[in-house]
Amino acid sequence: MSSKLASNLKYELAPYYLTMTLKESPMTDNALTKRKAPARKPAAKKVDGGQLIKFYHDMMLIRRFEERAARAYTEALIGGYCHLNLGEEAAVVGLMSALRDGDYLFTNYREHGYALMRGIDPNRVMAELYGRVDGVSKGWGGSMHMFDMAHRLLGGYGIVGGQLPLATGAALAINYRGLDEVVMCTMGDGTANIGAFHESLNIAALWNLPIVYVVINNGLGMGTTVAKASAEPEIYKRASAYAMDSERVDGLDPVLVAEAAARAIATARTGKPFLLEVVSERLRGHSVVDPAKYRSAEEVAQLAQFDPVHTLAARLVKEKFLTAAEVHKIDDEETARADVAHAFALSSAQPDVSTLFDYNYATPVANDSRRLPGEPLFTAAGRPAAETQR
Amino acid sequence: MTIKTYRQALHDTLRSEMLRDEDVFLMGEEIGVFEGSYKITAGLLAEFGEKRVRDTPIAEEGFTGAAIGAAMLGLRPVVEIMTINFSLLALDQIVNHAAKIYGMFGGQAKVPLVIRTPGGGGQQLGATHSQNIELYYAFVPGMKVVAPSTPADAKALLLAAIRDDDPVLFLENLALYNTKGDVPDDDTPAEIGKAKIKREGHDLTLIGYSRMAYIASNVADALAESEGLDIEVIDLMSLRPLDRETLIASVKKTHAAVVLEDDWLTYGIGAEIAATISDGAFDYLDAPVRRVAMAEVPMPYSKVLESAAFPTNDDVVNAIFQTLEAVGRRLKKVGQSHD
Repeated sequence: MSSKLASNLKYELAPYYLTMTLKESPMTDNALTKRKAPARKPAAKKVDGGQLIKFYHDMMLIRRFEERAARAYTEALIGGYCHLNLGEEAAVVGLMSALRDGDYLFTNYREHGYALMRGIDPNRVMAELYGRVDGVSKGWGGSMHMFDMAHRLLGGYGIVGGQLPLATGAALAINYRGLDEVVMCTMGDGTANIGAFHESLNIAALWNLPIVYVVINNGLGMGTTVAKASAEPEIYKRASAYAMDSERVDGLDPVLVAEAAARAIATARTGKPFLLEVVSERLRGHSVVDPAKYRSAEEVAQLAQFDPVHTLAARLVKEKFLTAAEVHKIDDEETARADVAHAFALSSAQPDVSTLFDYNYATPVANDSRRLPGEPLFTAAGRPAAETQR
Repeated sequence: MTIKTYRQALHDTLRSEMLRDEDVFLMGEEIGVFEGSYKITAGLLAEFGEKRVRDTPIAEEGFTGAAIGAAMLGLRPVVEIMTINFSLLALDQIVNHAAKIYGMFGGQAKVPLVIRTPGGGGQQLGATHSQNIELYYAFVPGMKVVAPSTPADAKALLLAAIRDDDPVLFLENLALYNTKGDVPDDDTPAEIGKAKIKREGHDLTLIGYSRMAYIASNVADALAESEGLDIEVIDLMSLRPLDRETLIASVKKTHAAVVLEDDWLTYGIGAEIAATISDGAFDYLDAPVRRVAMAEVPMPYSKVLESAAFPTNDDVVNAIFQTLEAVGRRLKKVGQSHD
């Protein structure tokens, strides 16, 4: 463990915050250092050590949880697709810290960290990945489709852009009822190019809906760079087409993200939708099984300096908020939580096949089909087969 | 009972449900200021205001999805999609989201949404505006799809759809809006998932839905008078779930079936009906199940070509006669036209 951290801490991240202003930012394809050019307001002068330590705890939980999930995937405990938040921990933690309990979150399919930060028990998140009955979606959703109404996580969604109209509608419901709540809707950079992005932002602006759209710009939509996919690669600028306020922030620093998110949410709470772009980094492939061979060796070599967890660890030690030993201890604690989540998920029951048709409809309906693949529609006597068997 | 048009029955039901439940609201293109492309929502903006009668931009995916999201938070939106052709723009939101959300999240969120939209054809609207693609939605578990053919059923099914906690595609038809019929004054919802025997008979089972159920009733009445035929007419009413038992019970009695549909024959709704009858009443059939459906072409604009492609009363009569001949029943020769 200590040798692992020692190697983590070798990345000296001198000025990890950036000094370029918006006008100076050239957007060169795949040039990481140049891509990172957030137009942002300076961080609060007074650094809150307690908050930084809390952020570190949270980011380390996501880091170790995702690494545990990646391992479980290779052990065939997790099926289907599995997209991780590795590299986006500061963005996730900063964004989620700015939401109130009563606010709603819609995300895309890369959402394990968001579920954790909404306050959902890591055990239940891992159990969902393992497809078990104690999972947040009872084993019906998997990695891409986590949902928990109690924590107001209104879904991870597997279709790119699918969550945008839904989130817009949730904001419409809040507006309809005159409530003080806000919706946050996160997405990847590739989503900015789909029709639902335009239709949703237009509707939200027209109807003054309390919603913050967040683009996590990690520079890659699967293997396609932003520069190759987006005619305006500085995605926050698209808000101008909808007369909407927007901002771009450095996703390497959870404090900057938290502050930007707070500004965006405060704007949305007044009935003005907001577009927030968080420039982030994807440390691994698109999903667990993607070796990311489309990235150059030079680019991969540079990735380490954009690792938000290591960056924050170095900062905590350098600015003397924590000793190296205390940083280790946090790592150990969160590693243990991920291990506990794994053990819990492993011990949780598989769903019973008799529950296969439990969620056909919310309102029971006549002639609802409950036929298994091998069953005939009718028995020889002409009775509906599935009905006579149950 | 009050005699009303299909259009008026829909309008009055929307209005009474909005008065009954403040969570019911309307969204769609041109439903407010313009009062609806087919005037179903006439007067409702003036009565209920912009909050509850919401004109949308031309963005089917955006506003249909927004209605789904609002329904997830407990509102009961009724979306109007101007014609079912335009619902294709919202296909992802309907199929991948509305139909999935309840099951995919383990029953944690309901989607009490109604999508009203008319099918059509026969009005020289050309290939992109004359389709009947309700099958796309009836194919999908999680959806409910209903298709009334009379003003009374339009009211009863719309009441049921609005009060249901699942996404319901409510299929209307351009050709039915001006048809008239008795409408009950009381608010008794229909039972979704049940077909209706519109006319009892013993000679043959004639099955349809929406416009084709209307035609089925008219043809059966005409043939009773001209031929003395005793045809049983079944209106499917609900395309998902499908009431297979009512179909089977009828065919066991009549031993012959003709299925009418305004969609295309290959893979169409009628194919599922024919397969159902084959599964459940194979030994009772005295003739193959016959289907009457749209010609399989992009609908032409030309009146002559369109008329040839679109199913008519005569097509239905011919299919009935040919089926009864296959059964071995001798029929009087009659004129071709029953329009």
